[in-house]
Amino acid sequence: MQERDTAQDVLSLGTSHFREANERIRDQLERVDRLTLEEVFAQRYLGCALPQGKHLAIHGTPGNDMAAYLDGGTIEVFGSAQDQIGNTMNDGEVIIHGRCGDAAGYAMRGGCIFIRDDCGWRAGINMKEYQDKQPIIVIGGDAGSFLGEYMAGGTILLLGNPGDHLATGMHGGVIYLREPPSTHALSSGITIAPLAEEDRVRIEQLLGRYRACFAGEVRANIPADAEEFLKLVPASSRPYASLYAN
Amino acid sequence: MFFREDRPREGVVRIPSGCAIAGIMDRSGGRHDGTDILRSIALMHDRGNGLGGGFAAYGIYPEYKELYAFHIMYECQEARAQTEAYLDTYFMSEKQERIPTQDVASIKNPPDIWRYFAAPHPMRLNMSGFDEAEYTMQHVFHINSHIDGAFVASSGKDMGAFKGVGYPEDIGAFYRIEDYQAWAWTAHGRFPTNTPGWWGGAHPFTLLNWSVVHNGEISSYDANRRYVEQFGYRCNLQTDTEVITYLFDLLTRRHGFSQQMAAHIMTAPSWDEIDRMDAPCAAFETALRSVYASALVNGPFSVILGSEEGLLAINDRLKLRALMVAEHDRMVYLASEQAAIEVVCPEAASIRSIEGGVPFVVQLDEVVAREQGASGENIQLEAPLAHEIGVLPPRRKEVDHVRS
Amino acid sequence: MFDRKVPTYKVLRDREACTNCGACVRQCSYGVHRIDEQSGKLVADHGACVNCQRCVLMCPPRAIAITKWPQVGTGSAVWTPDHMKDIAKQARTGAVLLSSMGNPEPYPTYWDHLLLNASQVTNPSIDPLREPMETRVFLGSRPVALRVNTRQHAVISDMPPQLRLDVPIMFSAMSFGSISLNTQRALALAAEELGTYFNCGEGGLHPDLERYANNTIVQVASGRFGVNPQYLNNAAAIEIKIGQGAKPGIGGHLPGEKIDGEVSRTRMIPEGTDAISPAPHHDIYSIEDLRQLIFSLKEATRYRKPIAVKIAAVHNAAAIASGMARAGADIIVIDGFRGGTGAAPKRIRNNVGIPIELALAAVDERLREEGIRSTVSLVVSGTIRDSADIVRAIALGADAVSIGSAALIAIGCHQCGDCASGRCNWGIATQDPALTKRIHPQSAAERIVNLVRAWNKEIEEMMGGMGINAIDSLRGNRLMLRGVGLNQKELDILGVKHAGE
Repeated sequence: MQERDTAQDVLSLGTSHFREANERIRDQLERVDRLTLEEVFAQRYLGCALPQGKHLAIHGTPGNDMAAYLDGGTIEVFGSAQDQIGNTMNDGEVIIHGRCGDAAGYAMRGGCIFIRDDCGWRAGINMKEYQDKQPIIVIGGDAGSFLGEYMAGGTILLLGNPGDHLATGMHGGVIYLREPPSTHALSSGITIAPLAEEDRVRIEQLLGRYRACFAGEVRANIPADAEEFLKLVPASSRPYASLYAN
Repeated sequence: MFFREDRPREGVVRIPSGCAIAGIMDRSGGRHDGTDILRSIALMHDRGNGLGGGFAAYGIYPEYKELYAFHIMYECQEARAQTEAYLDTYFMSEKQERIPTQDVASIKNPPDIWRYFAAPHPMRLNMSGFDEAEYTMQHVFHINSHIDGAFVASSGKDMGAFKGVGYPEDIGAFYRIEDYQAWAWTAHGRFPTNTPGWWGGAHPFTLLNWSVVHNGEISSYDANRRYVEQFGYRCNLQTDTEVITYLFDLLTRRHGFSQQMAAHIMTAPSWDEIDRMDAPCAAFETALRSVYASALVNGPFSVILGSEEGLLAINDRLKLRALMVAEHDRMVYLASEQAAIEVVCPEAASIRSIEGGVPFVVQLDEVVAREQGASGENIQLEAPLAHEIGVLPPRRKEVDHVRS
Repeated sequence: MFDRKVPTYKVLRDREACTNCGACVRQCSYGVHRIDEQSGKLVADHGACVNCQRCVLMCPPRAIAITKWPQVGTGSAVWTPDHMKDIAKQARTGAVLLSSMGNPEPYPTYWDHLLLNASQVTNPSIDPLREPMETRVFLGSRPVALRVNTRQHAVISDMPPQLRLDVPIMFSAMSFGSISLNTQRALALAAEELGTYFNCGEGGLHPDLERYANNTIVQVASGRFGVNPQYLNNAAAIEIKIGQGAKPGIGGHLPGEKIDGEVSRTRMIPEGTDAISPAPHHDIYSIEDLRQLIFSLKEATRYRKPIAVKIAAVHNAAAIASGMARAGADIIVIDGFRGGTGAAPKRIRNNVGIPIELALAAVDERLREEGIRSTVSLVVSGTIRDSADIVRAIALGADAVSIGSAALIAIGCHQCGDCASGRCNWGIATQDPALTKRIHPQSAAERIVNLVRAWNKEIEEMMGGMGINAIDSLRGNRLMLRGVGLNQKELDILGVKHAGE
């Protein structure tokens, strides 16, 4: 019995329907804390609301809304992920050994997502923070357009290039970049600010974690320190304060 | 011409009506002529107003038991030609003849009434994707709604409806119902609130093996109509009897419930009663009421449903209409008024009224024997419904008189 | 120039009755009333008055009345004073005009053109005081046909979760932030007492309200404020808000000044920042994405909660509703263009969307044409003003209705339409502690309960008159309605006959 608690169980999903697959996963996780999923083909909602202390290792391509409402659990994907990973995620950790699709971390409130390669459009859209809940997204490759749209809190660290409409509507949180964005790409109301000491500490901490996750897998050099980074912050937490007249 | 163009008939307007109803059945399957049912309904003469009467009879065509017996009324020669061509396309007719009638002084302008004994065209049936009953039903709907001047009065097997405009005793004489032998008879004398004067609108209403005679005006009509019309039924006549028939057909033939269960759904127990039940029963009744909320029939009604299984009588939940039952030996009698039973069976014992919301079921002995040991689970029809078939988009209903 | 300098309202003070007690000064958060230092008399800043009528009702000697400012316009039906005022305001500020409460423009209200039936002779009316009368409603999706074992009284089909309503009336989504916590408390208490549901809107659920979970519908809107697994599971049902009748097609925007400590805690965002809900859900760009969100919520709650999806009544509502049903929504909620709001851009509120009556009729009919009406529940809102509107809505095809404005009016709202300012003198649309304490949750709840009970009695009375003793038989029963003063097209869409037919 004791052995079983620590054993790493394996489930093969194949092309089973998400409802059945998630049912099996939940059943299995009642008994073990760490579960490996193999031959995953687009099953949605894997790790949906997964609580603290539970871990999923996913081989294959998980479906949309992976880690939705994630609640403290950890998910590691050995491959790429599809759209809307970490949707409305509350806490926990997602590590993608590959790329991911659009709207990663939509309305994410806590926990962190590490994406080894590129991410699609609208990553970190409407991410928000509250007190000790500070969501983080680290993207090793390039990001699609609208990175950090409506961003209200949390941290995005981008190692590659951002697309257009960067941080449009951003009114909270911080985005760290390596290259200064072209003027047309950067939305109005966003300030490029110099790094403070605490920014350097955070960047280096995140780079360290990125390196720990993906060292040996990435071709390009992972920056050693925070020197070449810039910081984007909103000029105001009330970007639309004068938009309306009552 | 058997209806007047200048007056609205069933289907053009919704006509409330009051009525007398009666039923007689021999549980053992013994067949009896129409004399008793005629006397029984005639006694309730004053519940009708001479604007509609009719009978349904089961077991009258034993020699054509396997075939659909279509009773069709025609108002003109063209309607008959068109209908017969249509039937020739979709059915294989074994026999067709004019239904024998007798002149009755009070019966004016009867239509030309024919009967056909036919089976669905095997190839066309196969291609339709329907089962035999659904196939037949859809073609009956087609004739009734698309061929002007033709009306299918009944379309079951080994049964038939005999109905028209007049007092039921005169209609009975007109159709010579004493010449038919049936194990079950139902009858109807009608009191419509205006004068449609149309034979097709008389009762019983029938579809396939169903026949319904009904007294009262239901207040849930349009809720029930719009519910059943989702499933391919067309309420062309806009009568309560028609919609009640379709509800029974939907719940039994398609959803697999027993007739008794169907009647139970249509007169569901009140929430107060359900709240007093034990938890499993309450959950069962709650699920039925939620899924079949729109099949609840409201307002005053008493109904006698005829089918190949026997008769079922039901009163509304508040028992706003009268319906009596009595048994004698193998015979069962039903009537709106007690005397209408006593007049044909003075020795009838245990005359009692049908309780509100509690269906009274009488089945042929052979049906009772067959159903013993049934599992109690309803088996639903797997066949697709009419509106689920075809590559063309569903026809958007025209805004015509049928739509209310 | 037409602007604040020409007031909208004029405060009339009966000098003889006035005792100079100063109650009006204390009651008015807009600073309309003050005691003139020189004369020692009460005077009014008319331009600040929004006609909330707080002072009128609170003045002990009833010395105050509010009237329209007597300045007339030119009489032009085109360049009305209202239009000119808006122009002046925008010329001054360069801003998008904000408005509150429902669309006040004189579009047709179809409820007022639908008359109800009653039984005469051919079937009996039923007296609800003495005969059983049923208004209980269940909301949720259902199979077309139920599989049961009649002998064992057992249900074999998977029966999706159902919401039980003892009255066919729920409370519309109103977030903490747009209304005060005391107002939400009153709604929660009333919902519990009545056997129905209040909806916390998209502002999260305050911890004080968690104990009303069995009577709570929690909302998931595009901003996802306060949404986490605990929030989702601490409710009777979940509503995905796609749109709202007062502002179809746009998101929400709770200004930073309304995000105080408690609102911040409930929405889980920092104090003082704007709470912005995006216009669309950024995980729904197409109908199949709605299915994805619906099922992500079902997965997160283990299929134990019905999922409602709310849309604003827009031109293509019927097709959208059909898609919603097929996407797995258990309850379809449609909010008409007269529905209220705490704040919406004025041009959107006054010009976008369609009347709920037409949307409801079209949606119900479309679902029936497709044979799926009985598999899904339909709830409507957006100007339900009295019990007769509810009877009409149910007869057109709704399972239940939600009321927002009516519930607020029951506890003091006077429809002044200035919610967005956050200075509501009635303690409803404000977070100012001095104002919110004007709502006493228990007594406000009692008033809401009284209102709904009274309406329910009237519904029973009207149903009884029609000879109907269960609300199931009223649903979609359009023969119980007749149109008056409607053209053929309107009658066709509503699926009703004209009076006299």
